[in-house]
Amino acid sequence: MIPASFDYVRATSVDDAVAALIAGGEDAKVLAGGQSLLPLLRLRLTYPSVLVDIGPVAELRGVREDGDALVIGAMTTHHDIVRDPLIAQHSPVIAQATRLVADPAVRHRGTFGGALAHADPAGDLPAVALALDARFTIAGAGGRRSVPAADFFVDYLQTAVGPDEILVEIEVPKLGDGSRGHYEKFSRVAQAWAIVGVCAVVDTDGGWVSAARIGLTNMGPTPLRASAAEQALAGGSAHNGDVHAAAALAAEGTNPAGDLNAAADYRQHLARVLTERALAHALGS
Amino acid sequence: MTEELDAGLVAEQIAESGEQSSPDGTRQIGQARRRKEDAKLITGQTRWTDNITLPGLLHMAVLRSPMAHARISRVDVSAAIKRPGVIAAFSGADLAADLGSLPCAWPVTADMVHPDHPPLATEEVRYVGDAVAVVVARGRYQAADALEAIEVEYEPLPPVLDMEEALKDEALVHSDKGTNKCFLWPFDGGDYDAAKAKAEVVLKRRFIQQRLIPTALEPRCVVVEPIAAANEFTVYSATQIPHILRVMLALVTSIPEHKIRVIAPDVGGGFGSKLNVYAEEVIALVVAKRLGRPVKWTESRSEGYQATIHGRDQIQDIEIAAKRDGTILGLSVDLKADMGAYLQLVTPGIPILGAFMFNSIYKMEGYRFRCTGVFTTKTPTDAYRGAGRPEATYAIERIMTELAVELGIDPMEIRRKNWIKHEEFPYETIAGMTYDSGNYEAATDRAMQLFGYDELLREQQERRDRHDPVQLGIGISTFTEMCGLAPSRVLGSLSYGAGGWEAASIRMLPTGKVEVVTGTSPHGQGHGTSWSQIAADALGVAFEDVEVIHGDTDSAPMGMDTYGSRSLVVGGVAVHLAAQKVIEKARRVAAHMLEADEGDIDFAAGSFSVKGSPEASKTIQDVALATFAAHDLPEGMEPSINADAVLDPENFSFPHGTHLCAVEIDTETGFTKIRSYVAVDDIGNVINPMIVEGQVHGGLAQGIAQALYEEAVYDAEGNLITGSLVDYLVPAAPDLPEFTTDRTVTAATSNPLGVKGVGEAGTIASTPAVMNAVVDALRPYGVNDIRMPATPERVWRAIQEGSSGGERSAAGTVSYGGAQTAATAGGAE
Repeated sequence: MIPASFDYVRATSVDDAVAALIAGGEDAKVLAGGQSLLPLLRLRLTYPSVLVDIGPVAELRGVREDGDALVIGAMTTHHDIVRDPLIAQHSPVIAQATRLVADPAVRHRGTFGGALAHADPAGDLPAVALALDARFTIAGAGGRRSVPAADFFVDYLQTAVGPDEILVEIEVPKLGDGSRGHYEKFSRVAQAWAIVGVCAVVDTDGGWVSAARIGLTNMGPTPLRASAAEQALAGGSAHNGDVHAAAALAAEGTNPAGDLNAAADYRQHLARVLTERALAHALGS
Repeated sequence: MTEELDAGLVAEQIAESGEQSSPDGTRQIGQARRRKEDAKLITGQTRWTDNITLPGLLHMAVLRSPMAHARISRVDVSAAIKRPGVIAAFSGADLAADLGSLPCAWPVTADMVHPDHPPLATEEVRYVGDAVAVVVARGRYQAADALEAIEVEYEPLPPVLDMEEALKDEALVHSDKGTNKCFLWPFDGGDYDAAKAKAEVVLKRRFIQQRLIPTALEPRCVVVEPIAAANEFTVYSATQIPHILRVMLALVTSIPEHKIRVIAPDVGGGFGSKLNVYAEEVIALVVAKRLGRPVKWTESRSEGYQATIHGRDQIQDIEIAAKRDGTILGLSVDLKADMGAYLQLVTPGIPILGAFMFNSIYKMEGYRFRCTGVFTTKTPTDAYRGAGRPEATYAIERIMTELAVELGIDPMEIRRKNWIKHEEFPYETIAGMTYDSGNYEAATDRAMQLFGYDELLREQQERRDRHDPVQLGIGISTFTEMCGLAPSRVLGSLSYGAGGWEAASIRMLPTGKVEVVTGTSPHGQGHGTSWSQIAADALGVAFEDVEVIHGDTDSAPMGMDTYGSRSLVVGGVAVHLAAQKVIEKARRVAAHMLEADEGDIDFAAGSFSVKGSPEASKTIQDVALATFAAHDLPEGMEPSINADAVLDPENFSFPHGTHLCAVEIDTETGFTKIRSYVAVDDIGNVINPMIVEGQVHGGLAQGIAQALYEEAVYDAEGNLITGSLVDYLVPAAPDLPEFTTDRTVTAATSNPLGVKGVGEAGTIASTPAVMNAVVDALRPYGVNDIRMPATPERVWRAIQEGSSGGERSAAGTVSYGGAQTAATAGGAE
């Protein structure tokens, strides 16, 4: 549990950080809250030559409104997300899911953007970002670009963020009056990674579901959308029977891995059960 | 030191002399005093071994085998020596002449197979994590970096992972021994065959005690400080057993015992895992001697998971013979116990301790016990909280419930029918133990009252009737255990390498303050507080005026250390006995000071007075000062009222209790939630109820952890795949219910304080209570057992298989052939 040696650069602005990453070459790594990276370093599972610490970059912290969207700075800690009034007002599902991330100590240091950029398939927040149709602002030498959630999560621990880029902020649409979300997490102990997690966001109109977006945690190398279930829900009723039938499609097209906690078939079963529960919560039934 | 004391005799004397109390009249024993230790622990002003720095300190790092079993064809440390900061690097061969073989002090049978256990492997590695080479560097990071430069060539040998396969002796862990069988230890009480012949029902079950990994908060650590010119060594170690360690280090390294001082500074938990003599302690000592410089080694958590002992790991084939009315006639136990690759300090004795506990609180005519120790290419097992008794208690409490179900009798009624009645104590059990005291009826009645048993039964039926997705299960554990590990002659008859006595000294300081020197070695138990309460009451001094000294073979030279819930019942009682001796010496001085006859001096509340004229008195502090001055002592009296006591108890102590657990199982996911848990323990008289409460809570957490969460899993190549806290699930506060605890008090008759041990009771009792509840919830689905831990996936699969009309037997246990591997762990692909 002793990391190999590395160089450390303390960045004070986004440009500063990007410059340091370019200078550091291929083995440079961004250090955000450090809650995933430090264990990897200590177990010598990764050997970066340079760590670029973006902790001091003030512009990366905080939540602001931008028209119909909320813009969340990548370095906003889980702790701050949970207590943020704008998030509570416009997208409470983010706070509800973040409350389930690890334990209080991790939530005090871990960051929203760090969790998304690390893209652990068992992490809770990628599925939430996916279900919310978030957009990701990425800064690099050529300026900034915006990537939709559907294109952001590329593979196991891989995102659209390039080696000399950093994730700057995440934009999520404000949820309107008829829209509600819920994240349902299943783990064996409270502070563990999700065995399976489901984030359901539904737009309702009276007793009808006009649209549903369902993000799945740990059902593949990246977070996935439960498209078959979403389609079954869209335009249908919010009655229990219809929700149950739609949830039964939640694992369709998934090919989850098996591990100590769950074989693939059990994971798929959990995805169906949790989808139904997440939908029931979101629909207030 | 002085002659041993007869505890029973002293008990009578104390009963005659009446209760003593502190100067303000408040009896300390029984009060929830805040722990003296905590202020420094919670403010970080501690001496954890890893906090110790010494001038010129070097850091040692250990290269470990990545293979479960292999021949070492080459070890080359030359490149590591050239790395920055490196002072030395050694292979096993380099140090073999000095290292010796790690000790096993419990050869359970005369023909036990006892392989050499080199602290650094020389010819073969036999588990992943077996130490192969060490690097010593100026910095800890430099040492860790240099490990990567050591070259080792291995020729793979077949791993041996499954106990039943191992017993076929096809692939051998120790090829020179010709077998993987370590020992067969038989025991018979009464005549099991005769009892079985009379039986109307015979029930067989196979239970699996999964392998567990002790997780003490503080990792292991050792610092060795040599004084080369004098050939003297101070060994600081995060150990439970400084005294035993000193003896063993002397025996293993041939450094003379009187040249070794062992100190256990603040130690952060052990649970048995620090009741051992480890390779790194021996290596650090030998390396420090070679280099003439102080050396430190601290394990990382993942390193410790491989290289610190594991616990449990048994296959239990249990057979119970009974009449249809529920009367038990006999019990047969056939154990296979995984030793791991080598025998650590008391490895073979752990399952043997269970031999006396399978019969538990029940009367029967015949008992048969067989235990086969088996070598595998895994981390050695040894004592883990409860050590043999949790395994035994689990088996008997599970099969008692299964027998009740088989016979259609309420599971509590079948226990009542068979347990020893309170008026039958002292009672000699079928396993040859004499239980001095107990009242199972009282503890059970209290527990049932707190639990609301009948109401829960009603709710269970309602949930079953309406096919509620959340099912309720109720589990019972009416347990006893044996702790104190004494008397010495009994340990001798079990071939245990040491005695079961404990030492205490009391030093009366000139200013009236008191030093209590104990041979116990607390590592979280709060002896500093409890021993102060005992001494304060006995001597009539203030709690705050007592300091407890422990854990250093220089300042506390005599001791047997802390394990097996022995500290209070042996060490704490020894403090009390030493205090009685102090009073007797002080009485003589006081009589002289008061110009009265010794026989006319009363002692109460810290004050000696002349019978009939209480105004003529001297406090024990007055006496201490007068003795220090020594100007006018009784003729022929030595100028000291200090006293030592060494207690070898007359018997084990037998705490007992009734634990009741209600679980809710989400049948859609298989998740088990403990809804309520009632623990009524009878641990005799209580010194500090708050410390007792803490012990019970922690014990429950660890027992529940075995039932629902923890399991060491190896893959087919013998890699520990639950090698960190990410994969080895230790529950934390949010995962546990609010416990309802209470006590009944049936004083032990085997010691003058009437106390029993409490350190392991919660762990021993809770695992079967939880598992009985889990299985109870699933009975409607045709389930009658679940492999531990009852993970959500295992529970879900049991429901699927049961309700689809498949095998009626348990999920996980049917085809189980031995120790946990990924292939049999139930969830892995």
